[in-house]
Amino acid sequence: MATIVKSYEPTFWDKLYLPALAKGLMVTLKHFFRKKVTIQYPEEKYVPPDGYRGLHRLNKYPDGRIRCVACEMCSAACPADCIHIVPGPSPWEDGKERYPVRFDIDLLRCIFCGFCEMACPEEAIELTEIYDFSNYTRDDLLIDKEGLLGVYELTKDKNYYSRRTVGQESEALPSDKF
Amino acid sequence: MDFLGLFIICVKVLVVFTGTMVTVLMMVYAERRVSAFMQGRLGPNRVGPQGLLQPIADGIKFLMKEDIIPEGVNKPIYLLAPAMLLIPALMTFAVIPFGTTITLLGREVPLQVADLNVGILYILALTSIGVYGLVLAGWASNSKYSLIGGLRSSAQLISYELAMGLSVVSIILLAGSLKLSVIVEDQQGYLLSWNVFKQPVAFLIFLVSVYAETNRLPFDLTEAEQELVGGYHTEYSSMKFAMFFTAEYANMVTAAALTVTLFFGGWDVPLLNETSIGVLGAILSVLSFVLKTAFFLFLFIWVRWTFPRFRYDQLMKLGWKVMLPLALINIFVTAGYLTLTSMR
Repeated sequence: MATIVKSYEPTFWDKLYLPALAKGLMVTLKHFFRKKVTIQYPEEKYVPPDGYRGLHRLNKYPDGRIRCVACEMCSAACPADCIHIVPGPSPWEDGKERYPVRFDIDLLRCIFCGFCEMACPEEAIELTEIYDFSNYTRDDLLIDKEGLLGVYELTKDKNYYSRRTVGQESEALPSDKF
Repeated sequence: MDFLGLFIICVKVLVVFTGTMVTVLMMVYAERRVSAFMQGRLGPNRVGPQGLLQPIADGIKFLMKEDIIPEGVNKPIYLLAPAMLLIPALMTFAVIPFGTTITLLGREVPLQVADLNVGILYILALTSIGVYGLVLAGWASNSKYSLIGGLRSSAQLISYELAMGLSVVSIILLAGSLKLSVIVEDQQGYLLSWNVFKQPVAFLIFLVSVYAETNRLPFDLTEAEQELVGGYHTEYSSMKFAMFFTAEYANMVTAAALTVTLFFGGWDVPLLNETSIGVLGAILSVLSFVLKTAFFLFLFIWVRWTFPRFRYDQLMKLGWKVMLPLALINIFVTAGYLTLTSMR
């Protein structure tokens, strides 16, 4: 069944176009006084939502011991092949037998897919909310074990960005810690 | 003319020139800031307090840029065109009264550079001369985009000048003079004596024509970025481009001031006799003029960021088939009314 759609016949008032113009002007004027959406980046930081996949970190136990057992599940899961682990016997008498002697991530290769944290049986590797870790050289974007543990210290309180607002710039950037 | 009179005129010229140029700078800043605000952004706010020094930074940038003269341009005309646009744009302001007459050093000084008895004709003439700058810039650049931009602007300006001139005719009929000072005095008194209320149709025609005359959106076909890169100033760089830019904004300042003069009582403060309270009246009159002009400058920006661009045939249709007959009818009605009332 075809429905007959009656086309709208513009009245004289419509054909003047002036009311429509005034309406349009009011729309832009309303926006003129609205709250602005701009985040003024270096002073103000965008706080990413939970689950954001940014810079990696290596978690520690409360006593400061590294959680990682160098099982290499993460490097096996990694589609970009950016995690390089050198395992070794743990220096601690009790507990885990293995630990990573070296744990390097090539951030230039990493695609931040988060497969490593899904593969990890010990919840040792995790992606944090840090997104502004750009650097000037390629070498500075290779992060090692100490760097990853340092990122843990920076982000363990889950307030990395809300903490760093205007006036608190003295705090070291993660990229300086690598 | 004695020396003092010459000195006073020189001071007035200087005041008007710097006033226009400063307003142009403020407009460059305001354009970016207001457009940002309307789009939910902040706009330039880094150079100086609230970004107020941004136009100066822009100016320095223009000066530092390489001045490129492309191959195949007609060099003398190419170099002359920006000046041919800028000079008429700055000259137009000379006849616009921006305040009452003040008594200075024992003589009456009208706050107006030159009170020509053909003030309106002078303005219409200069806006037409400005077209030469655009057309020659477009032609001399040896580029298809510039040429199309220049041709479009000439066609557009000619067709809208008619409607604009005709809408002004009804104002001249009411005031009985081409002198802008007389037209302003004619609108003195209470609020309803302003010409907007006496001639609303003429005001609308004039306002729309002014947007076409100054090549502003929704009639900025001459520099439609999407089709013509930049229109007539595509091939210009550095300070020469800045001159086009300045001319465009100077035209806007003049157009806003002219709208205020013709339709909003010029320097008139409603319900106040400015000349009776001396210096305070003069200050108030200048302030009122500046505020009204500022509103129309804001309207320029406001309209730009609200309405989309007209298509070229729509532009021509509006100009010739709507504005022109409407302006003629308006003149007919106004003249008829004046004749009938004066016959009694």
